[in-house]
Amino acid sequence: MSTAATAALTGGFANPPVDAAHAFRATMDVMARPGEIRQLTQARPPAPLSVAAGTLILTLCDPETGLHLAGAHDTKDVRDWVAFHTGAPIVPAEAATFALGTWKALSPISRFPVGTAEYPDRSATLIVERAELGAAGATLQGPGIRETATLDLPEVAAFAANHRLYPLGLDFFFTAGSRVAALPRSTAVMEG
Amino acid sequence: MSVMDEYNFAYIDEQTKRMIRRAILKGLAVPGYQVPFASREMPMPYGWGTGGVQVSAAALTPDDRLKVIDQGADDTTNAVSIRKFFERTAGVATTEETSEATIIQTRHRIPEVELTEDQILVYQVPIPEPLRFLEPRETETRKMHSLEEYGLMHVKLYEDISRHGNIATAFAYPVMVNDRYVMDPSPIPKFDNPKMEMAAVQLFGAGREQRIYAVPPWTKVVSLDFEDYPFDPSKADHPCDLCGAEDSYLDEVILDDAGNRMFVCSDTDYCRSRREAGHEGRLAAETMA
Amino acid sequence: MYVAVKGGERAIDNAHAWLAEERRGDLSVAELSIAQIREQLSLAVNRVMAEGSLFDPDLAALAIKQSRGDLIEAIFLIRAYRTTLPRFGMTRPVETGEMRCDRRISATFKDAPGGQVLGPTFDYTHRLLDFKLAAEGEPVPVPEAEGRAEPTPHITEFLADEDLIQTEPRDDTEPRDITRQPMSYPADRATRAQALTRGDEGFVLSLAYSTQRGYAKNHAFVGELRIGMVDVEMEIPELGFAIDIGEVQLTECETVNQFKGSKTEPPQFTRGYGLVFGQTERKAISMALVDRALRWEELGEDDKGAPAQDEEFVLSHCDNIQATGFLEHIKLPHYVDFQSELELVRKMRREAADAAAAREAAQ
Repeated sequence: MSTAATAALTGGFANPPVDAAHAFRATMDVMARPGEIRQLTQARPPAPLSVAAGTLILTLCDPETGLHLAGAHDTKDVRDWVAFHTGAPIVPAEAATFALGTWKALSPISRFPVGTAEYPDRSATLIVERAELGAAGATLQGPGIRETATLDLPEVAAFAANHRLYPLGLDFFFTAGSRVAALPRSTAVMEG
Repeated sequence: MSVMDEYNFAYIDEQTKRMIRRAILKGLAVPGYQVPFASREMPMPYGWGTGGVQVSAAALTPDDRLKVIDQGADDTTNAVSIRKFFERTAGVATTEETSEATIIQTRHRIPEVELTEDQILVYQVPIPEPLRFLEPRETETRKMHSLEEYGLMHVKLYEDISRHGNIATAFAYPVMVNDRYVMDPSPIPKFDNPKMEMAAVQLFGAGREQRIYAVPPWTKVVSLDFEDYPFDPSKADHPCDLCGAEDSYLDEVILDDAGNRMFVCSDTDYCRSRREAGHEGRLAAETMA
Repeated sequence: MYVAVKGGERAIDNAHAWLAEERRGDLSVAELSIAQIREQLSLAVNRVMAEGSLFDPDLAALAIKQSRGDLIEAIFLIRAYRTTLPRFGMTRPVETGEMRCDRRISATFKDAPGGQVLGPTFDYTHRLLDFKLAAEGEPVPVPEAEGRAEPTPHITEFLADEDLIQTEPRDDTEPRDITRQPMSYPADRATRAQALTRGDEGFVLSLAYSTQRGYAKNHAFVGELRIGMVDVEMEIPELGFAIDIGEVQLTECETVNQFKGSKTEPPQFTRGYGLVFGQTERKAISMALVDRALRWEELGEDDKGAPAQDEEFVLSHCDNIQATGFLEHIKLPHYVDFQSELELVRKMRREAADAAAAREAAQ
């Protein structure tokens, strides 16, 4: 077996039910508390995926969820790894349940489904890979936040525009290394 | 008790858990909106907590300490049955102490002790649609939610007032979540409604009706009312006869053939901890617990 | 003296022990075997397989034994087990035209290729208790005919050849799986069929009956009813072709219904369709009638407001596991919500009494 083929078979969860359970709890925590940063350490995905992004994909994706790979994240290694571990079909942006890439590669985000008035849940969740993920940055307000929170975002305008679509809109995870934070559509975003 | 090896951790298979987990995330992103999910047939009957059980199973880790209550009590039969199910299928630790629990699955109550940000409250929901008794059709109620058309609900509450002088809803009292969705808080007494703006994550599972919804911490949750008829979270006007608590929701117990009554905390853990701390109610001396 | 309710766990254990004892009954009576149930209560087994959505006669027989003969409870056991089974893949659609029929009747043609075969039916038995069955006895020998070698054609094909019955457009889109996706409305016909085939026999029967009595009347002829075995095939990607993985017994019913037509379209009969696991003909005929009633919109008929035409009403209430669970849950404790109503009613009565007293005082 070639090295590349072997690589696709490795890096999954060592103990799927338990690893996925822990990963989901961190994932749920950040979605419930926009701006909070948690660790996701359970996967060993191929480059350029971060450990956190790889863990999110193993936790949430399967044959029922279309995944869009944007820009440099759309490689054969990544496709093979996703196919072997999740069976998620790789789809264009318009059909995505999940999308993965850098902010630049994912933009313009208007390509992704934002749900319908009757089914706002039929929308995409974007996993935005960052070089770093810090707490200082834009000011956040909304459900899950007692007063205000802050988070370093790639920009403010696009997220503020997304929030204006509420209850439609996209939801975001930000990943860097093994760190993860989230920004649901319900969060109002202001310059910090 | 030994863990059942023939089933996956927490009974449900991984693909089903992922589907439930995705629904939970959408629910958190759109608080109060009912996310459809492909509820599975569980080994307990629909209407007996299958939605709550599926949500708990998707949220549990082996490190959790689970508390299960029904009517506020840990030892009501269905609470015992559900707790036993998770002991057997997930091997998780369980507790009756509210403050010790990391996940609390509940039917019809919110514990008296304020929950913390390290806790998750999972509600069992029979009918998730707050508009269901006004309009039985899902196709219609879905439209109403999409258009934020809640006039029917206000008309119903207003008709109550003109007929009875009061809003005639005492439990499952509808709330407006994050200024957008009218939501059924499950059949908790309206006394519990004000607690819903809390530090913990609240997840709602309706198995038979195939819906999951959520309220993130500190989300704005407002009980519907009118300026001249403000929401009134009242309860029986008595202290607990066992622990003397004035601030807890009470069960009424008929004591004898003459119809004498006593009132006791519905939250059994709250009552126990108060009695252990030396608080005594009217009938504390003559009762056994 | 008040004693706080404790010991729920012991109460449950004791209830289960008592249940097991009652299940076994009088120990001086021989215990039922799974094989006895499978062979001698086969129509109960068939119903459990149909509504449990799992073709496994031995498991259905076990479920009937475990449930003390409560068939809805047995169906529940099968459903809960079925949910835990891994999915290896999907079979090809079965070909009911290739069915090896034990029974095949048509109410629309006196005879047709394949003939009228009564099979093992209660239809013409006189419903007289047979006291001979109370004693154990050897069965009487049954005359056997040669099986038909060639496939038995569907009766509706003969009508279709003359264009007398609507053609069903072929649809190869993968149907939704109602056990893996939440129901949403409007539902397509494949989704409705899935819900009906596992729906409660009594509920589907009563709805079908209501259409016969005029609630969305659509006179149905049983074009054909057939019961028999069909092969189940699965594509094996590694092999590149399909192989037989087993056989299942099915009951299929096609009804020929009132024709429709207009100034521009010549009149044509329409169809209703029922397909159910096992020998379950009451259910299959009922399903065909309800299927037909639910097609009112597609066939350009009026909404008469009849229950059997109401897709959301039919589909959200036909599942007996959902229905029985929710119905029976009202025996669980509801102290808390009842208490809240009790307090409210007391308060409102107090206010009414006060108001009445005030009025009296004023007079």
